[in-house]
Parts: sequence; C-alpha cells; structure tokens
Amino acid sequence: MAERSFAREVEDLRLGDGDTFRGEGILAITKALLQSGVAYVGGYQGSPISHLMDVLADAKDVLDDLGVVFQSSANEAAAAAMLSASVMYPLRGAVAWKSTVGTNVASDALANLASGGVTGGTMIIVGEDYGEGSSIMQERTHAFAMKSQMWLLDPRPEHECIVNLIEKGFELSEVSNTPVMLEVRVRACHMHGSFACKDNVRPAHTIKDALNNPKRDVNRIVLPPAAYEHEQEKIKTRMPAAIGFIRDNKLNEWMGPKHGKVGIIMQGGMYNNVIRALQYLGLSDAYGNTQIPLYIMNVTYPVIDTEVAEFCVDKEAVLIVEEGQPEYLEQAINTVLRRKDIQARVHGKDVLPMGGDYTAQVLLGGVREFLEKTEPRLLGNRPPAPDAAPVLNHPAVEKLKQVVPARPPGLCTGCPERPIFAAMKLVEEELGQHHVSADIGCHLFSILPPFNIGATTMGFGLGPASTSAFNVKADKRSIAVMGDGGFWHNGLTSGIGNAVFNKHDGVFVIVDNYYTSATGGQDILSSRAVNKRRKTNNSIVQAVKGIGGQWVRQLDRTYDVGKMRDTLKEALTTKEEGPKVIVASSECMLNKQRRVKPQINKAIKDGTRIVKERFGVDEDVCTGDHACIRLSGCPSLSVKQLDDPLRDDPVAAIDNSCVGCGNCGEVSEAAVLCPSFYRADVIHNPTRWDMFKSRVAMSVIGWLQRRRDRRRPALEALA
Amino acid sequence: MRDETVRLALPAAGEATERPISIAIVAMGGQGGGVLTDWIVQLAENHGWVAQSTSVPGVAQRTGATIYYIEAMPPLDGRKPILSLMPTPGDVDVVMAAEFMEAGRSILRGLVTPDRTTLIASNHRSFAIGEKIAPGNGIADGGAVTGAIGIAAKTEIIFDLNALAIAHGSVISAAMFGALAGAGVLPFSRDSYLDVIRSGGKGAKASVETFEAAFERVKTGPTEVAAPAPTKPADDTPSSAAPDPQLGALVARLNQELPGPALGMARAGLRKVVDFQDVAYGGEYLDILKTLHAADRNAGGDAHAYAFTEAAAKYLANAMTYDDVIRVADLKTRASRRARIESELEMSSGQVLQTTEFMHPRMEEVMGMLPAGFGRWLGARPRLLGWLDRRVNRGRRVRTYSLPWFLALYVVGGMRGLRRRSLRHAVETAHRDSWLKAATEAVGTNYQLGVEILQCRRLVKGYSDTHSRGLSKFDRTLAAIKLVERREDAADWARRLREAALKDSAGTALDGVIQTIKTFA
Repeated sequence: MAERSFAREVEDLRLGDGDTFRGEGILAITKALLQSGVAYVGGYQGSPISHLMDVLADAKDVLDDLGVVFQSSANEAAAAAMLSASVMYPLRGAVAWKSTVGTNVASDALANLASGGVTGGTMIIVGEDYGEGSSIMQERTHAFAMKSQMWLLDPRPEHECIVNLIEKGFELSEVSNTPVMLEVRVRACHMHGSFACKDNVRPAHTIKDALNNPKRDVNRIVLPPAAYEHEQEKIKTRMPAAIGFIRDNKLNEWMGPKHGKVGIIMQGGMYNNVIRALQYLGLSDAYGNTQIPLYIMNVTYPVIDTEVAEFCVDKEAVLIVEEGQPEYLEQAINTVLRRKDIQARVHGKDVLPMGGDYTAQVLLGGVREFLEKTEPRLLGNRPPAPDAAPVLNHPAVEKLKQVVPARPPGLCTGCPERPIFAAMKLVEEELGQHHVSADIGCHLFSILPPFNIGATTMGFGLGPASTSAFNVKADKRSIAVMGDGGFWHNGLTSGIGNAVFNKHDGVFVIVDNYYTSATGGQDILSSRAVNKRRKTNNSIVQAVKGIGGQWVRQLDRTYDVGKMRDTLKEALTTKEEGPKVIVASSECMLNKQRRVKPQINKAIKDGTRIVKERFGVDEDVCTGDHACIRLSGCPSLSVKQLDDPLRDDPVAAIDNSCVGCGNCGEVSEAAVLCPSFYRADVIHNPTRWDMFKSRVAMSVIGWLQRRRDRRRPALEALA
Repeated sequence: MRDETVRLALPAAGEATERPISIAIVAMGGQGGGVLTDWIVQLAENHGWVAQSTSVPGVAQRTGATIYYIEAMPPLDGRKPILSLMPTPGDVDVVMAAEFMEAGRSILRGLVTPDRTTLIASNHRSFAIGEKIAPGNGIADGGAVTGAIGIAAKTEIIFDLNALAIAHGSVISAAMFGALAGAGVLPFSRDSYLDVIRSGGKGAKASVETFEAAFERVKTGPTEVAAPAPTKPADDTPSSAAPDPQLGALVARLNQELPGPALGMARAGLRKVVDFQDVAYGGEYLDILKTLHAADRNAGGDAHAYAFTEAAAKYLANAMTYDDVIRVADLKTRASRRARIESELEMSSGQVLQTTEFMHPRMEEVMGMLPAGFGRWLGARPRLLGWLDRRVNRGRRVRTYSLPWFLALYVVGGMRGLRRRSLRHAVETAHRDSWLKAATEAVGTNYQLGVEILQCRRLVKGYSDTHSRGLSKFDRTLAAIKLVERREDAADWARRLREAALKDSAGTALDGVIQTIKTFA
C-alpha cells in the first residue's frame, strides 16, 4: 500500500475531449501516456517519480479498460529491459524512474535498447533530480542520452507543453526507431497546472497480439555483425530522421522578435525562470511577451544545427541557459557555429554559474551581465530588481544566522528503524566504533544526528557490497546496513550472495519495514500485506538462506532494543565464519498508522474494548540530561522548560503525536538511562471486569496515597 | 557603460509588467503545507485566475524544512501568465511560516523584505534535533527571530496559530488559511475562502471553526486576557506562617536569616528539601545555607546582591535531593502524579488507565539504600556483589497501578527513615561537603569564582551511567578550576568550563577547554 492513495486522482485519467485536467504535473504525464495509446507501462519508484508509479498502481480499472499492461519493476534495469517489447513489435511503451541514479542502474539495458533500435514508440520518463531537493547527486541525464544516442526532451514546465511533447515524442521515437527520454525536474513534477484533455487511446497493437504472433529479426539483436550496422544506422538513418521530425513538427520554439542583436538559447525547462528574469529587467511582461529573441530547446538532444544556425546568423551574441555541468549544449552550439562560420559570440557558463539551480535570481544576474557585455542599451533605465541584500546584511538578520537551527531530515515518529540504530549506539559504547556502510533508504538518516552512524553510501542496495573490501581478519568486523527495498532491488545478489561466495566475515543488517518506505511505501516481494495483484509475503530470511547464508537471525520486533543489541553483539563476536545476517523486521510506522488508525477509531466508536498506548515522562523524575533523546531522536520526544526556579535545563517531554511504539521505554531500560518514562495504557470501552479490577485496586491505592499525603508536611506556605 | 544606459528611456515591454501574487509557505513535513497550498490554488482558480503551485514532497524526509510556493494572476486576453517555480528573494508577497524558527529561516533566505512581504507566522516552537540533544539547555533564542521580523517584514501577523488550531480541534493549515484571509493581501472575500474549505468535505467543520477564529484574531488582535491575580507572594517579601508549626518555625528562620535577594530561591529550595525527606532535613538545609551566607557576607556579598547565597540556595537544594530509588518510588506513587497523567491524556470517566514503568535497577542502587557500613562491606566483595547483581540487574516492567507492584513501590517510597543512614547518603554528603568547601574558599578571594563553583553542581544529573558521566564532568571541571583559581579571570574560565561540559555528552568540548587551560596553567 503506497503512502498516498490516488483513488480520486485516478478518476482524472478518464477525462476526455473537451475536459480540462487540473492537477499535479506527474499526473498530467500519466494522462498523456494514456492519450498516446501506450500498450504497457512500468518503472521503479523514487522521488520525484513515485507518484506516477502510485497512480498507475491505483489505476488498475482504467488501465484494464484500455488494455494497458502495468508492471512494478524490480529495479530500473528491469524497467528498461521491459522496453524490449517495442523492439520487434509496434507496441508503444513507457517506463519511469528517478534520474540519474535510476538511469545508472538501467544503462546496460538502455545501451542495448538504443543499439538495436525500436519499432514501437518507447519513452523513458525521468524525474531529473537536480539541484534543490535533490536527494542523491548532481549529475545530468543529458550524458546518457548522448552516449547511447537516445533523444532527450526537456519541455517547458507547463502541462500543455509537457503533454504535447509526450504525444509527439512517441511519434519521434517511431520515425527514428530510437528510444526517447523525457526529463522533468523535481518541482515541475509536483507543479499544479492544467491542460485541455483528449480522449484516451486504446493501443492499436496489444501485448497479447504480440505474444500470439511472435517475431524475430536478427538484425535488431546486439550481436556482430548486426551490432556494427547499428552504429552506422544511428548515424546515417536514425539521427537524420529525428532531426527532420523535430524540425518539421516545430518541437523547439521561437519566441519574441524575429531579429535582434542578441538572443537567448535555453533548455525548455529553464523557460519560466528566464521569462521572470527578463521581466525583472523590464524586457518581458508576465505573459511571456519578450523583447529579446528566444530559442527554446524542448529537445536538448539532438541539437538541430539548422535551427541553431538560423537563430544565430543575424546575432552578435547569444546566451545559452543550460543548468548543470558540464556545458554540453554550449559546446555543441559552439561546434555548430564554427562549422558554419557564424560569428555570433557564445556566452553561457562565463556569466552563469557552472553548477546549482538556475533560479530566477541567478538568471537575473546572468542575463544582466550578458546584456551589459553585449547590448547594454536593452537594459534601459534599469528598473529596480528585487534584492534582499539590504535585509540580509542587517545586523539583526546577521545575528539570526547563529540562531536558526539546522533541521536535517530524520526518521518519523515511532519509526521501527530507530531502535535498530539505538541498539547500534549501545553496541558502539561497549565494543567501540565500527566501519559501517550505509545504504539508500530511510535508514540513511542514521548518518545524521542523533545517531551519527554510517561512513559511506554507494547506491541503492549496495551497502553490503560496499563493505566487500573489508574481508580480512581483524579485531573488528565491518557492518553493512541495507533496507528491504535495496535487498530486492539488487542487494540479494550484489550484497548477500557476494558475501556468501567470498566468505565475508562481516555483519549485514537488513532493515525490513514491509515496504519501500523511502519512496512512499510501495509493496515489494517481502511486504506482508495481502496484495491481490502481486505475490507478496516472500521471506527475506528464506532468500538469504537459499543463497547460502548460514548465520541468519530474524528479529520480528525491532523495538526490542535489548535483543537487537545482544544479536548485534553476537554477530560481531561469534566465532562462526561467513556473513552474519540480521533481518530486523517491523512495519513502517507511517504505513501502519494509516492502516490501523481508522480501524481503531471505528472500533472505539463501535464500543469494542481497545487499549491505546502512549508514552510519557514524569517531569519531576527527569533530570534534563537528554540522554534519551541522543539515543532516539523521535520527533514526538522533545523538551520543555519547567516553571521551577531550581531547574536550569529543560526536561524531556512527549507530545500527543506519540504513537506508543515503545522505543523510548525500551531504550531507557536497555541503556539503563532513567526511570522517568512510562507507558500509559488507556482502555477504551472497558469490560465490567476491567472496571471492577481497576476500582478495587484504586480504592486500596487511594487509601494508601491519602495516608501518606496526610503525613507529609504541608508545603503550601512555601509556594 | 552604465552612465550611457541610465539616460535611455525604455518603455515597458508589455501592457502588464506587474508580477503575479507570490506566496511561500515554509513548513516542516507533516504540517499540512500541501493542503494549505491546494486551498490557495483553488481559491485563485475559483476567481478565474491562473494559479501554479510547486513543492518538493520529501517522501521520506520528514521533519526537514521545506518550501511550498504558489504564484497566481488573472489571465490577459486569454493568455496565461508564465509563472515561476521557486520564490525569488526580495519578490515574495506573502510568507507563511508554520513554526517560529522557520519564520527565521525564511528571513535568512531573503524571502521577507520590507517593501512587499506580509509575514504570517506561528510563534510556537517545534524544536530541532540539535536543540534537543544538548545535555544542557540547547533551545535557540526566539527573541532573535522577533528582532529580525521587525526589520524584514512589511506587515507581520504573529501569534500561536498552532495552539489556536488545536483549541478548535483542527490543524495549523486551517488557522493559516484564516490568517491569510484576515491579512487581506489577496483580493478575495472571506466567503470565497470558506467555500474552498467547505468543498473539502471531511473535517470541514473543525477547519471552518479554526479558520474563523484565526480570521477574527487577525482582525481584532489578541483577545484581552485578564491579568492573573497575584496568588504568589512576591519573591522578596516574607511569607505567612505555615500551618505546620515545625515548618512554620523553619519559614520564620529562613525569613530572618537570609538576605532579600535569596529568599525566593531559598523558599523553593526548602520546599524541595522538606518534600524529599522531612522537616528536620529542611533544618539542615537552612543550617548549611546560614554558614554559606556568613561566608558570603564576609566576602562582601552585599555588593553582589548576595549572588553567592542565592546560588547556594538553589544548588544546595538540588544536591540534597539526589535522585535515589526512594525518591523515584515516592514520586511514582503519589496521587498527584496519576491526576497529572489523567489530565494530560484527557481521560473520560468511561476509560481505565494503567501505566507501566521501565525500570532497570542495578546492585549499585540497592547497595546505596543499605546502611553505610554494610554497603561498604559489600562493596569490598566484588564476587558476592557480582552474584547479587546478576539477580537484580535487569529491565523490569512495573505495572504501577496493579496492587502488588504499587505496594512494592509504596514500601520503597516510604523508606525515607533509612535514607540518612544509607551508603548513598554518606557518599552524597561527602561529595556535597567538599564542593561547598571549595566554593566557600573561593568566594573569599574571588567572589564570582565562588558563585561559579556553586553553579557547577548543574553538571550532576541523570541516573546510573549518565549520573557517573555527570559526576566525572563535575570532578574534571572542579579540578581544572583549581589550576586557574589564582588568576583574575578564574571565574570566566570556570564559566567556560561549565558551558563546555553542557555542550556534549562525551565531554569532548570540556576536554578541549581543559587542554587550553593546561597550556598556560
């Protein structure tokens, strides 16, 4: 079950001619795929593409009606390989993932796909995870497009343009027998906008048709001598066909005056911010009515030589707005101009920063500098541009820099992974620090305070593999952490299989929370939910044993910090050889709450006996040293200042977001911290026996309490 | 170049060089920023405007700070405006912050500028992890944000939106929507805001109530709260006699023996000490305090508003009320404790409460309760001690309000009669005496140093290992102070040492200061 239900949004996928779609960019993309008549879709979740996968998963009925096949792929390589269905058959297909990380995983399949070429239109939707909000790395999909020769679409961030480009992109793919990539940046994926819908299209040729009528053509297979032919085909046939289509269908756009001394060439994705920057300079209105000629490359690869030449031929200088590095477009355009001997000077990374987001503010600076160098008259009387510098330089604001605390992301309230890392901290106190390889997933947050565990992260599912060099006898063993998501993505073979085969003596912790939680809680092989459309409930432990793991421990309640600590200690100290695998399982609390909360509320309403648990801190027992927080970091465990002149430091306090997971109590018990924590069990709709027991106990307790209170000195006089 | 261009008249490019209304919502994951964003978009679209919102749903990155951004503008002759995906510093009309430090962060990002920004911010705090993990008080200074808001914002609407939302059974997003309506920055009527909330269906009623309360709060300002009647006597006035004659005598002594500035603290201290043990123990407290005050007077404490006596009143009380098993058992079994939990949980009469304590007694704690001589005897026999420890030392889940467990706790809580003869008491008393001796010696030659040494008691806290770590920090700090005690700036060094000791649990910062001291002392 995914984190977010798209049951309502899925209805928008049924909209047709004459309707207006309003919603998130990623949903618009999904709708565009259906309007393009895709026969199959697949992919691997990951921000910013997760919602696309979730929508497809929730859209079973719509897809079934249209005869569209949907697969949740095991990883991006599996998704890319799926596109091979379009090699022999005229099937349109699309896959999606987070780039560049997903593209890295997929690139083997992509290279083969691009070599043989495709018959049916294939599209790879990549959530370009660049710049602000980027969770992994600052690379560009552009390089993959160039190296495998796949066309790269980079549409203006506007629903209408994106949808149109997807439809045209399939045609482009078919005309040029080449896979097409469409990149959308993070904020564009989650951008709210609208577009005029068309009817969905049933695939002309279906997967079933293909299965019933198999075809093979040796010339499309990556084997010599066909493979050598592919290279020539790419250069002589496919590229010219693509260029012709892109030009004829005007996929790239011209805006503003036809002629001018200077002009701006940009990636489509940069358009909105360029317009805003021009607006600040008085060179455009809010509706994109610009005074400077613009050439907008909605297709950033291939570069259309003739279009570039036509745009530049009458200009003294052009500015290239290309986010990220290296400056592929700037290099390509320089080549075009030199070959054609066009004299327009090329500016780009000389006035714009080499790296980082091209926000309107950054572009304002770059465009202004460009114009100052080339055509200062355009800057006119320089209307005041927005500038926060006077505020930022004010001493009161300067002072704020020291005050505002960093807010690193962390594990959720009640997260079952927290006790695992608390246990690791406890083991660290006993046995010293170890080399810990972390992995991608929520558990990566263990690298941050308060845990500060983990030395490297090498890629999804590669935590175990990244300890493989440490396969020597030493006083300490290496520890690798990997999630269930990473385990099924590739970690079973690259990590566990690798360790078994090489007789690696290290410790391997598999954090199993029943979902790929970091990407939004999608089901995977070992999910324990019943999923009618997939086969879940496949055991990680059995998989590990099946691949040859001998020392395997399963902990089915991660909150048992003491047991977790002892198991880790045993794994680090046992004489047994080979990998020591610990599978620590508890359900992702976010998913669990979403599942269980409505059930509990309903049960309470219906009068069923329910025990609700919550934790609390006795503030007069707490001494305010915050050791518990250093071993937990739970968002619901905070501090509060008491109204007591004798106290200097705030005491621990648990707010009402507590879900009663028990971690704080377990930690304070296992770490022998302090007796301030208590768990409060509130019985809703108690039975008569509950009431009777409580009444009897409380009458005795009440009598004892009153007896002692009578003996206490009356302290009111000192209040 | 500039001079040439400045004189050129350049007309605006188009008819409308005006920009869209821009709204940035700065929030943390899980604060409902997404819902609020959708409401604002729908509000604008309902008026025929073009609205665009962007966000970075940090799928897993809960609790990190994030920005939701909205731009909206009417179309012009059917042409849609080109809207930006990120706020530009210096060009934001409304910033809404769902937490006070996040308001500060938005100022640091340059989103709040005095020429155009209306800042709507909740002044409640949700502490960042860095603020919570300090062994001392790591809470950031909200005053700095207040100061910066005064500089940066054109209009400020600051109040506890979170409390208002909770009071009306809803979440902060509804309160922020109400505050936005009340601010009147958008040209839309109050009713059109309400239409948007009502169309949401589920939970609409509580949201509407919260919206309206926030709207009113912005329109009319804070509701006048009657000043609370002063129930407590002011700090420096003597209090009336107590009903308990023995305690009354102590209060009279306190008022008579101690200087005005220390009276409030001493009363709180006396209260804590008597509550911990008995009236006689309160007498002991006053005896010691009297001696310390005499040292203070001799050291010219008059000129320092008797800071030494005041600090002594505070930290002596804390030292005398060490956290032992008896105290914990007593606190856990009090009627007032159960009442507090019941009110925190907002229990109703048809519900039943049980609590479970997470206790982990060790032999050390048991030994501390034994008579001092016996305890020492046992302490000298490690094998026996280890054998006993293996029987005692384990985590125990104590069902507080089940009769057997309650009785056990009740009996332990009633053992104060044994306390003054116990090993723990002997250890604590010895430690206390040497600390007070050091402080008293210091105050005679360097008044401020004496006060600082008293304040070092703050380092001793926690239970078991945490307590030992605190003690060790305390000992290292006092030893380092010894090295510099003859210097004029000894008090500054003492303060630096103490602050460093409270920075991290391992004492790394403290070790750093000690190393520095050793380079010159």
